[in-house]
Amino acid sequence: MSARITASVYTSHVPAIGAAIDHGRTAEAYWRPLFAGYEASKAWLAAQRPDVVFLVYNDHASAFSLELIPTFAIGCAAGFAPADEGWGARPVPAVEGHPEFAAHLAQSLIQDDFDLTIVNRMDVDHGLTVPLSLLCGQPAAWPFRVIPFAVNVVQYPPPSGRRCLQLGRALRRAVASYDEPLDVQVWGTGGMSHQLQGPRAGLINREFDNAFLDRLIADPDGLAQMPHVDYLREAGSEGIELVMWLIARGAMADAPPRVVHRFYHVPASNTAVGHLILENT
Amino acid sequence: MALDKPYKDIPGTTVFDAEQSRKGYHLNQFCMSLMKAENRARFKADERAYLDAWPMTEEQKQAVLARDLNRCIALGGNIYFLAKIGATDGKSFLQMAGSMTGMTEDEYRAMMLAGGRPIEGNRRVGEMK
Repeated sequence: MSARITASVYTSHVPAIGAAIDHGRTAEAYWRPLFAGYEASKAWLAAQRPDVVFLVYNDHASAFSLELIPTFAIGCAAGFAPADEGWGARPVPAVEGHPEFAAHLAQSLIQDDFDLTIVNRMDVDHGLTVPLSLLCGQPAAWPFRVIPFAVNVVQYPPPSGRRCLQLGRALRRAVASYDEPLDVQVWGTGGMSHQLQGPRAGLINREFDNAFLDRLIADPDGLAQMPHVDYLREAGSEGIELVMWLIARGAMADAPPRVVHRFYHVPASNTAVGHLILENT
Repeated sequence: MALDKPYKDIPGTTVFDAEQSRKGYHLNQFCMSLMKAENRARFKADERAYLDAWPMTEEQKQAVLARDLNRCIALGGNIYFLAKIGATDGKSFLQMAGSMTGMTEDEYRAMMLAGGRPIEGNRRVGEMK
């Protein structure tokens, strides 16, 4: 029996959401509608009990400064500590990695023409820990192992949507060639529309976001053709994080996925929050 | 042949590309140093002296001292790096982003609660409202 990808999860990873959880403010009027959108997801995940989550996210100048800017970086360490992003580290459990599986995936993906950077020591910031908090709540330890997969979306250009979708497909092959019956989920995080800089800060584009969700489900190949400038213009300068969702989508089987959950909410701080769960049928 | 930069006509937006990154290298690396609590304390104790230890331009140092984030971005700063200054000051991302829009904090918060800045009129320079 080999490892297999059972589902993919997509969610925004706004730092203020982490702060709301950490400071016990999830029941406040501002936050309640947002967290309500994740209740069904938490129950779903608790029932699924994946062994490993391959978590696609971006580092926000936490582990990587401008000294080193890897386009794709796979975390192969045994563990990853929450980063101090300037406010102090989030009070969440350390992330347990899966070095054997990660090494297999790294070798397989590189041999499949994806020139990954291998990271054996790295702190993980809100991009990775906020999705875990949203889907798992506040456990003493995260209920599965995590392979962090960091994508550069800070310095332009990030990888193209097309490249991300292809990487997801290569990941599918890499997982299938691992001889251990692991239940694997792939999570794509970041987005949706938001802009954190300049006079246009605060941009939200509901129409774009919802069309993105529609196309991610039904037409990933078409969506992957969207040029970077469309993300920047329509979803804001930081909305380009959405290319990462295409990695998770590419990891799904060719047959149309089952939509388990879909949620959209504005705002969380400066950002539109989108969330989707797709299961392989 | 020059690189194609089709994003230059997006209003109120500076894309942090290789050119900006090169200009802002030391400014952003200074920001990065604020990830350590002891450096945050040293910076707060004497901002000017702390900045003078970095090979930044005088313009960049003045922009940091003034907490003028739009100016910092024009000089090569990136928001995820600049956010470390905001964190040191105890500011949220909402406060930082709002400070660049010409709106008051309350106005900006209200705009976000009402659904954010609309895309209509904000796609291209010349149509900005």
